[in-house]
Amino acid sequence: MNAPNASGWKPGTPVTVDHSMEGPPTVTGNRALMLEEPLIFELAGNTTTGVDFDSPLPSGEGPGMGGPTSRAPNTHPQPLPSREGAFESRLGGFERSEPIGLPGLSEPETVRHYTRLSRQNYAIDLGLFPLGSCTMKHNPRLNEKVARMPGFADCHPLAPVQTVQGALGVIHELGEWLKTLTGMPAVAMSPKAGAHGELCGILAIRAALEARGDARKVVLCPESAHGTNPATAAFAGYEVEDIPANADGRVDFEALEARLGPDVAAVMITNPNTCGLFERDFKRIADAVHAAGGLVYCDGANFNAIVGRVRPGDLGVDAMHINLHKTFSTPHGGGGPGSGPVVFSEALAPFAPLPFVEQLEDGSFHLVEEETAQEHHASTFGRMTAFHGQMGMFTRALAYILSHGADGLKQVAEDAVLNANYILRSLEDVLAAPFAHSGPCMHEALFGDEGFGGGLTTLDLAKGLIDEGYHPMTMYFPLVVHGAMLVEPTETESKASLDQFITALRSVAERAKAGDQTLKSAPHYAPRRRLDETQAARKPVLAWQAPGAPSGEPTKSEQGGR
Amino acid sequence: MARYFTDEHEWIDVEGDTATVGITDYAQEQLGDIVFVELPDVGAQLAKGKDAAVVESVKAASDVYAPITGEVVEANGSLDEDPALVNSSPEEDGWFFKLTIADKSELDGLMDAKAYKSFCDEL
Amino acid sequence: MRYLPLTPADRSAMLETIGAESVDALFADVPAEAQLDGPIHGLPLHASEMAVEKHMRRLAQRNLAAGDAAFFLGAGAYRHHVPATVDHIIQRGEFLTAYTPYQPEIAQGTLQMLFEFQSQVARLYGCAVANASMYDGSTACWEAVAMAARVTRRGRVVLSGALHPHYAEVVRTMAKFTADTIADAPPAFQARPDDDGLIARIDGDTSCVVVQYPDILGRLPDLERIAAAAHDAGALLVVVNTEPVALGAIKSPGECGADIVVGEGQSIGVGLQFGGPYLGLFAVRDPKHVRQMPGRLCGETQDAEGKRGFVLTLSTREQHIRREKATSNICTNSGLCALAFSVHMTLLGEKGLRALAQENHRLACIAADRLAQVPGVAVLNESFFNEFTVTLGRDAREVVRTLADRGVLAGVSLGRLYPQTEALAEGLLVAVTETTTEEDIDTLCAALTETLA
Repeated sequence: MNAPNASGWKPGTPVTVDHSMEGPPTVTGNRALMLEEPLIFELAGNTTTGVDFDSPLPSGEGPGMGGPTSRAPNTHPQPLPSREGAFESRLGGFERSEPIGLPGLSEPETVRHYTRLSRQNYAIDLGLFPLGSCTMKHNPRLNEKVARMPGFADCHPLAPVQTVQGALGVIHELGEWLKTLTGMPAVAMSPKAGAHGELCGILAIRAALEARGDARKVVLCPESAHGTNPATAAFAGYEVEDIPANADGRVDFEALEARLGPDVAAVMITNPNTCGLFERDFKRIADAVHAAGGLVYCDGANFNAIVGRVRPGDLGVDAMHINLHKTFSTPHGGGGPGSGPVVFSEALAPFAPLPFVEQLEDGSFHLVEEETAQEHHASTFGRMTAFHGQMGMFTRALAYILSHGADGLKQVAEDAVLNANYILRSLEDVLAAPFAHSGPCMHEALFGDEGFGGGLTTLDLAKGLIDEGYHPMTMYFPLVVHGAMLVEPTETESKASLDQFITALRSVAERAKAGDQTLKSAPHYAPRRRLDETQAARKPVLAWQAPGAPSGEPTKSEQGGR
Repeated sequence: MARYFTDEHEWIDVEGDTATVGITDYAQEQLGDIVFVELPDVGAQLAKGKDAAVVESVKAASDVYAPITGEVVEANGSLDEDPALVNSSPEEDGWFFKLTIADKSELDGLMDAKAYKSFCDEL
Repeated sequence: MRYLPLTPADRSAMLETIGAESVDALFADVPAEAQLDGPIHGLPLHASEMAVEKHMRRLAQRNLAAGDAAFFLGAGAYRHHVPATVDHIIQRGEFLTAYTPYQPEIAQGTLQMLFEFQSQVARLYGCAVANASMYDGSTACWEAVAMAARVTRRGRVVLSGALHPHYAEVVRTMAKFTADTIADAPPAFQARPDDDGLIARIDGDTSCVVVQYPDILGRLPDLERIAAAAHDAGALLVVVNTEPVALGAIKSPGECGADIVVGEGQSIGVGLQFGGPYLGLFAVRDPKHVRQMPGRLCGETQDAEGKRGFVLTLSTREQHIRREKATSNICTNSGLCALAFSVHMTLLGEKGLRALAQENHRLACIAADRLAQVPGVAVLNESFFNEFTVTLGRDAREVVRTLADRGVLAGVSLGRLYPQTEALAEGLLVAVTETTTEEDIDTLCAALTETLA
């Protein structure tokens, strides 16, 4: 009997001798399934199109059929074709005569190009994606299906409201869930992403304070805050001051209280915070801020840790954004789109932006926008975006919420916290865990680089983790821990998956502590080795240009000799 | 010509009523590869201790403060094209800007080369 | 619960490893009074995939989908055919479920795509550099205004009256907080854009002039004239485009002298989606302005073995490094919509885009000519691309509602966009794309004929 796998090897079994990445160079640069792919500008000229039109194209040439076969990019200017006798252009004399320089590919070429590119990406669908604070959880495919129902996907934002009652119903229904889950009385659905939601919250705070006659000057943010917090506060015209932290990785209540005064407009506090810890004193902080006449902004980026178990409204929050792509599983899409609805307290509700949806007594939905707002929403601070927000994310988030229900969402928070604590306690013996002494973490575990040998850094460990088949954790954030590593497994990982990850991270951590210099040159097995970010920033190349431009003189620093 | 140093790791060459300012070799070493330098406009009025320039590496942007008060008379245009000069020649070709010296007494509190070296040694 | 892999046995084993008695013990830091004792009241419990789908379908069916009606709505959101390939590619898990490409060695797919996207947008706009996207056209418009203030160190913004009113409202809202002043005017309700009036409002304190092209009424302003006037005053010209398909037929804004070009990319690849997510496009003509740009930028570089690769670059402009001194607070943008745009644009290519633009314009011309024949209807525009304004001789809001009851989505009434401006109440914006058939046009004409009679 054949026994090709006599050793009983299976994925996860450590491999001691592996020659699979060694071998002769290839003429294509490809390595079997690791495929290189040129830019579309290098693949195509501007004479091919992968789209057919019902009306025949001018000069009797159908798209993709016949015609010039030249593939040299940007060969000739192509004046706007006009069908003889069909119509007279009304373009007011602004017809485009210059070539645009846009390459076109047929459908099979297009599908192949992007499929090959896709395989150079890591993704949740491929494995655990432990980016702390970013919450990379499984994206249910039902959500995708629902968002594509024609009644949602093929619906115009300015269609008469009587024809879009279902779409307005989705916004309303999701808004009701968000209000109930957070224990807050009002919600603004239009912000386009988390940072946009933060801006919405801070602008409402400023508007409310201005309405009292004094916008005040300062917003307090912990040093551990995400960069969007201070950027947002500064945009709204506030000076940003740091809130000191205590040895347990939380806001130092006494120091904060001492700083409060008539110049403090608001505090912006993330809870659970960016160290993965619950701010035990949040309610006390909120009460103190309110007593000093300020308002409380809670960054809800980490709401996924407490959803269904804790309502921020019970903690004294005045405004909080919710990243639908974190807590409610809408896909991150390689950098968006996000969606950042903001819940408000009674104090801020009158200042919320337009537009929003209201349900009338007869059960129908009504859109409050500029046309209809005057009578009862006169204090609004204005409008943050065209149209009504990220409808395509609302449908997905609503499908996710309905799937889980009140009980399932509670389980989401509990499993997320359980998974993170399992990681924390399984690794605290090999990685420095600065706040592990203070008790359990919430949805993410924070480690530092203390004890690494041989000049190795968090970056080296992260790149080593890539070789083990994982996307690295969030690095160097929060700023309060040296060489920070923030690991968020999320609730959608099985125990087996966590165990594999722990094995991988333990191994890389031990190598880092031993000063294993091969980590310095990791990753070894990724589609690319480490990329030269200095060159990218010194001489930015941000758009493709046809080759052939002169290479220029060497700069003084390149000439060397100093 | 006298050269002074600040505890913010800037050097100042004084020649008559004009001072040339840059960052020290120690500073460029700490910052790593410099990718961009944002310089003040000619004519800008700088106040001692306030923002004067920004020096950027790939992952950090650091403010450079005016070591003394004065008006900017020249900015080092070659840093636009070649910010790496700050790494390769921080205390010569990689200078940042020249300014008039409004108040010579502001130089009094600054360090000389020897004092700066021992300052760095203790860091 | 189908999305949660842990079994009760797993949970017990893990709690043992952790050394906690129960999951509740892990929430010990949450004050007892802030903890709920059971599932939140008033919300239903978990549901099957089938039940959720049914619920959502019921909601979807309460909408009149654009494809089920004679459809003529535009005003910043356009219905175009999106090739099936686009939706397939954006649903590949490696794109759909990836994060922002912070680890470039394992994100070259997204990064190369963004580099191609930036290059496509820059070419379409006639600019040197485009960023990796903003939330949408309206927020990109505000970011352009804010950037112009940084570049010119001036704070007076001149808005064309024919800028999309939502865009103008976003700028006005944000300017309240930045102390920029806005020179504003209602749109001139006439055949040609009021370029003279706009130019007259430019002065030596002006940071930028913001012009929409084609404008909210569908007309084409003379960008070259406005650019010259702006530049004479030391101001930047910001051009806003809400219909990128138009740029397959008309001159690019960069070619006409625009300094910053922003717009909505939704028409290419994204779909209507009731207003979002959409795709903000942002480009600058002069590369020296790159460091004042907001948002993410992808750049070319090489790896340690000398292979070409791509990274996010010039990050020191951004909030995660610069914090309160960042050029913008934007973080997540519209990555997946940028992919949809890029795939659709790659399928079209220059040839397809020009053909698409021609088809849009041809059908719009037919629609304008036929509508002009309807008693009581007059076409306002002298020039247009695929959208134009008609006057109906009575409040267009009511007409739109009446026609909607008959299954005809006739367009966007100016009364909805400009509720305060009585003079515009009789105006109707009519958009025509390649998805519009001549039968649809005849249906609209017949419905209007009856309603206006």
